[in-house]
Amino acid sequence: MPFEWFVALRYMRDARGQTALIFAAVAVGVTVIVFLSALIGGLQASLIDKTLGSQPHITLLVPREVPRPLAAATPTTAIARATQESPQRLRSIDQWPEVVVAAGRIDGVIAAAPSISGAGFAVRGEARSPIVVRGVDPERFLQIIDIRERLVAGRFVVGGGDVVIGAQLASELGAAVGDKLRVSSSEGVDDVVTIRGIFSLGARAVDATWLLTSLRHAQALYALPGGVTTIELKVAEVFAAERIARQVAGATGLRADSWMTVNAELLAGLSAQSSSKWLIQFFVVVAVALGIASVLIVSVVQKSREIGILRAVGTPRRRIVLVFLIQGGVLGLIGSIAGAGLGALLAKLFEGLVRDPGGAPRFPVQLTPALFLSSIALAIGVGLVAAMIPARRASRLDPATAIRNG
Amino acid sequence: MAEREDVLVVDGVVKEYGDVMRTRALDGVDLVLGRGELAALMGPSGSGKSTLLNIIGLLDRPTSGRVFLAGTDTTGLGERELTATRARTLGFVFQFHHLLPSFTALENVMLPAWGERGRVDRELRAAAESILEAVGLADRMHYRATNLSGGQQQRVAIARALVRRPALVLADEPTGNLDLASSAEVFELMRRFNRELGTTVLVVTHDPRIAAGCDRVIELEDGRVVADRSVTPA
Repeated sequence: MPFEWFVALRYMRDARGQTALIFAAVAVGVTVIVFLSALIGGLQASLIDKTLGSQPHITLLVPREVPRPLAAATPTTAIARATQESPQRLRSIDQWPEVVVAAGRIDGVIAAAPSISGAGFAVRGEARSPIVVRGVDPERFLQIIDIRERLVAGRFVVGGGDVVIGAQLASELGAAVGDKLRVSSSEGVDDVVTIRGIFSLGARAVDATWLLTSLRHAQALYALPGGVTTIELKVAEVFAAERIARQVAGATGLRADSWMTVNAELLAGLSAQSSSKWLIQFFVVVAVALGIASVLIVSVVQKSREIGILRAVGTPRRRIVLVFLIQGGVLGLIGSIAGAGLGALLAKLFEGLVRDPGGAPRFPVQLTPALFLSSIALAIGVGLVAAMIPARRASRLDPATAIRNG
Repeated sequence: MAEREDVLVVDGVVKEYGDVMRTRALDGVDLVLGRGELAALMGPSGSGKSTLLNIIGLLDRPTSGRVFLAGTDTTGLGERELTATRARTLGFVFQFHHLLPSFTALENVMLPAWGERGRVDRELRAAAESILEAVGLADRMHYRATNLSGGQQQRVAIARALVRRPALVLADEPTGNLDLASSAEVFELMRRFNRELGTTVLVVTHDPRIAAGCDRVIELEDGRVVADRSVTPA
């Protein structure tokens, strides 16, 4: 066995109390890091999942209509005018089939679906609720939001007067699968439809207003023959949505809203949460590093005579440095493996303990191989860095003084 | 680099301590030890024996003067070269044996070469086992240092000092902490190796019986060599 490893392992075995202290410091630190990361990561993933489960990653819309005053000021003349905002009409995207194909070809976009989105009312008997009519191409729409997984009753059938509505809307209208509704669009077109399915996406605004019908039916309701008002995109990497949205907007001339823009407050909240997590982890790492360094410094002081003898009989400084770095690194590795296991166990226990009435975990945790590997790598790194000070101190001991004074 | 044939040449070595109040511990020491010599270094406390031993052992540097070890001028050597020279040329026996308590007798004996080379090879292990047998500890080589008696520990220390067949062994009161019987046993061992291997040995001692067993006695007082005489065998 190499000299440095032999001496380091022997020192660790002999100084069991100090070894246990360092091990415990690393294990507790890594437990906190893994538990916190799993919890916050899980919460964030769950929030993003819920958010993106009810909306496309990018929505393409026709640009907003803006008033264009006929009279304009010149460098030599000034005019007084009052300009009113233009009312936003429901308009179709020009050449939308080409836009769908072009958007689908952009790097990172994995699905594109045309749709119509318009306001209206649903009436059933005395009950009347404001709704958002979504005209969709079923196959393409399911690639954006897989509503079949969220059906609470019936089937996903749209077209020919068949619709699927949100659970909250069904509840407010007192409607069930097979019931008929009268739908009035904002364009003043009325029709009677049959409910074939009821879904719950978990987003109140969606579940209380959405009525999904076929694209053709929506075109009739909104007097947009052959037209669509939005093109919805799904991207492979959700956090690349904003960048891809800017790219699509540049390529198509349309307005492109990414989920990140639409949910800016949610993202700000997640970002603040991540910052808190990093801050806590930073202080945990500092505390662990100080713990390792101080215990190893005590070890150097206790073993200074032995280090002096090793130096006197010809052991080079670099080997003395390595003896202490190995101790820091090995304890970082072993402590972090134990800490990662303990952190994962605690996270799973916590997830199992706190559940909502439906039985789903209220705090879903996210335990990934990357989290374990990064925590272990971090602990080894901290162990090595923390051991650097005692290692240097040990290597710089004057052998004669160390032997004389111990 | 100067070349001399003697194992040790100390040439006008001065050692001063302190910045404002300068204390001279060694005041122009000249000393030559030839191959195979067994010399005793004597003197009252504070005469500079330990300082001289540290300088010869390359654990300290002289303020002025030069030290040649096995023909090599050590004056201008850097830290790394000093460590390597110490490992290859010198063997140390300390008063309190200074074995590493966590290690067995065999591991302690292998330390100088192991620490320098980084690994233990078959040759080193064989040499360590052989010298432990030679000092009468064949059945104790896997005992931890702390489980050996004072005399046995000092014999391990002698084995450690000699395992690499160094040109010069420096012994700082090697029997100072032992009873009479162990003391005689340990010194006899050193003299045996000195005769059999031709190793030059410089022993710092207060014990006239030890000095009487050496070839030569060098006396130090106030940092100067005041006497240097051969011992006539009894």
